[in-house]
Amino acid sequence: MADQNKPGLFEKGGKLYWLHSSVDAFDTFLRVPGTVTRRGAHVRDGIDLKRVMIMVVIALVPAALFGMYNVGLQTSLTYGLGWGFFQLFWYGLLKMLPLFIVSYVVGLAIEFASSQIRGEEVNEGYLVTGFLIPLIVPVDVPLWMLALAVAFSVIFVKEVFGGTGMNIWNPALVARAFLFFSYPSSMSGSSVWVHAPKGVDAVSAATPLAIAHDGGLAALDAQYSFMDMFWGFIPGSTGETSVVAILLGAILLVWTGVASWKIMVSSIAGGLLVGWLGQVAGATTLPCYYQIVMGGFLFGSIFMATDPVTAAQTETGKWIYGFLIGALAVVVRLWNPGYMEGMMLAILLMNTFAPLIDHCVVTAAVNRRAKRVKTA
Amino acid sequence: MKKGLDIPIRGAAARQVVKTVLPRTVAVKPTDFKGFVPRLLVKEGDRVLAGSPVLADKQRPRILVTSPVSGTVTRVVRGEKRKLLAVFVTPDARQEYVDFGTRKATSAEAVKELLLNAGLWGALIQRPYGVMADPDLKPKAIFISSFSTAPLAPDTEFTLGDRFDDIQAGINALGLLTDGGIHFAIDKSVYSKTPFHKVENAITHVVGGKHPAGNVGVQISHISPIRKGETVWTVSLLHLAAIGRLVRTGKVDLRRKVAVTGPMAPTAAYVETVPGAPVAELAAIAPGVRVIGGDVLSGEILGKDGCLGFFQDQLTLLNEGTDRELLGWAKPFRPGVHSSSMCYFSWLTPGKKYDMDTNLHGGPRAFVETKCFEDVTPMDLFPIYLIKACLAGDIEKMEKFGIYEVLPEDLALCDYVDPSKNDIQAIIQKGIDLMIKEMA
Repeated sequence: MADQNKPGLFEKGGKLYWLHSSVDAFDTFLRVPGTVTRRGAHVRDGIDLKRVMIMVVIALVPAALFGMYNVGLQTSLTYGLGWGFFQLFWYGLLKMLPLFIVSYVVGLAIEFASSQIRGEEVNEGYLVTGFLIPLIVPVDVPLWMLALAVAFSVIFVKEVFGGTGMNIWNPALVARAFLFFSYPSSMSGSSVWVHAPKGVDAVSAATPLAIAHDGGLAALDAQYSFMDMFWGFIPGSTGETSVVAILLGAILLVWTGVASWKIMVSSIAGGLLVGWLGQVAGATTLPCYYQIVMGGFLFGSIFMATDPVTAAQTETGKWIYGFLIGALAVVVRLWNPGYMEGMMLAILLMNTFAPLIDHCVVTAAVNRRAKRVKTA
Repeated sequence: MKKGLDIPIRGAAARQVVKTVLPRTVAVKPTDFKGFVPRLLVKEGDRVLAGSPVLADKQRPRILVTSPVSGTVTRVVRGEKRKLLAVFVTPDARQEYVDFGTRKATSAEAVKELLLNAGLWGALIQRPYGVMADPDLKPKAIFISSFSTAPLAPDTEFTLGDRFDDIQAGINALGLLTDGGIHFAIDKSVYSKTPFHKVENAITHVVGGKHPAGNVGVQISHISPIRKGETVWTVSLLHLAAIGRLVRTGKVDLRRKVAVTGPMAPTAAYVETVPGAPVAELAAIAPGVRVIGGDVLSGEILGKDGCLGFFQDQLTLLNEGTDRELLGWAKPFRPGVHSSSMCYFSWLTPGKKYDMDTNLHGGPRAFVETKCFEDVTPMDLFPIYLIKACLAGDIEKMEKFGIYEVLPEDLALCDYVDPSKNDIQAIIQKGIDLMIKEMA
């Protein structure tokens, strides 16, 4: 199909040449491009960005599937509906599907349009961003809000900088931050995290973070056990609740080398350390490992902080960057009266500082090199 | 060295010489020499001997390029703006050589004179920048790698193992040109099995590891990194032997064993010939095959009508990869495609050799994954920062990030592994060209 479109019409000089970015996008999506190397190495690795991105999407699938099940489960539990497994899953799937569709349609439309304007090939980055966004917002977020947030983040965080690879902040997180600050009533509080069926008043179902924030360990233990939080049978953003599902994705990301294990490890270490300090200092009654399993901490560490574009690029820098994300996220959680979840802001803040971290690491290395050659 | 990557491509040359070719015509190509501005010294119909000057450098007329064979100049080929591309010589049936004498080359000046007159000066490459050595300079040291780790590269032990005397004579002669000595790197994996470990008057280094461990540039950065203002010279083992033979016999004898390699090589084996030989006489070339002089990472596209270059002792034959695989990027298994990343399943078949072609396997994108560059660059630098400095044309940053230490070939693997399909070598070369222009 795409093949018949190719000659003439969409080629340089053809009538519809201005559409070539979009046509190429579909064309190369279907079939690997037939381009051959012109300069440099004559043979190339089989890897390309499409493959890299699809790996991340696959890594997100366990969290997404569990999230759909959990949407059904939380609804059923809160309203006492007593659904069976498939009913729970089906219910969640139907709730999540519109979010995915809106996220992809709006995001890809802008992505395609921007690529057209720049005359470049469409980048695959949004495959991941579009999948992430529905997983980090409340399931009941109005679709128009979601569309607005996606549009804002894709245009102002990605395209104005030149598209995937050029952005400073993680676009998925900025979409969430946009919602968070623009429509706080739909994004925080106790009643947004569980889907309310039509015709029923939303019932308050606080997330473990909120419960712990208000009542400490005792209140939390009364409602959710550590294992509940570990498996993910708790209210929260769709993708973030299950530690198990996230870790499955983490294994794939680390194994394929797509995401940096250094960032994951150092981020968790940072969270644990500050969590422990907080407990010692009396800021919280929670053991430090609770910080990891609650809220979006782990999801952020594994899937958001590791975005290779917005993370630190030097290997030493990755340790620092990850550690500060984990540490800051828990600092916000423990010593901030306003926001209960610090992960989003911690990652965005460190996205901002990642180039600075790299700059310091690189400058140190350059100085060391200068000394090295002098003694040689 | 731990970092690096050996590309598993099929078509290594069997260790035998299948034929000896005295070609019907031989090309002398000034474009083989970087930093060389040619002035033509012969005209069509002139007789030349092996070692007779054909070209001289316009700025430094002492530097000559000579004919590798004796015969008649038949054709001078020029390109756009009358740029001299090649001088073709039709060889005689019986080869005659200019006699440069066998008196001992005992001083630096004598060695220089000999190499300049015999046209072997061009074999000396100067770093930084990888240009033809400047005869007025005295380099910090001279570096020689006795082996290559590049994909399907000729086995120097087979091609030059029997020329130990030439190599030793070459080292003795070149040793006079520098106070820093000759640094001679030997392959760790075959250390005592090669005759090369017996060389004298050189500082030997035993180097092991995956490609690019055999690259002289990588070795230099481990032995004695080039700092600003310093120059070092390098010479290939092949030309070291040629220099040694010149010193010993007084003849310019550039005959060499050329490895014909690659998935599309009809018989992957060695052919003995001279530089400038047309590739069509060295191997049968099927249509749709790319002929590369050198290895698949840094070689030059010669085309089926092209001629072997002065520095080349390898041909690689590859299919042009214009086939378009349906949903290739999404397939779980692609048995015909190698990837060094774990996103495919190549890691399940570590010993497998692949029939690689020239397909790019993707479209060009902005940099996203950058750790892959560090994994294949066993040097003390940040490839991505150097690359970006080159892209930006920022001289100061290029300096800081190590432009003096690299040639494109040292970062060639970055080309291979980059998921964003950038041409890293071209970017580095552009940076180097800018440095040459600005620092001149």
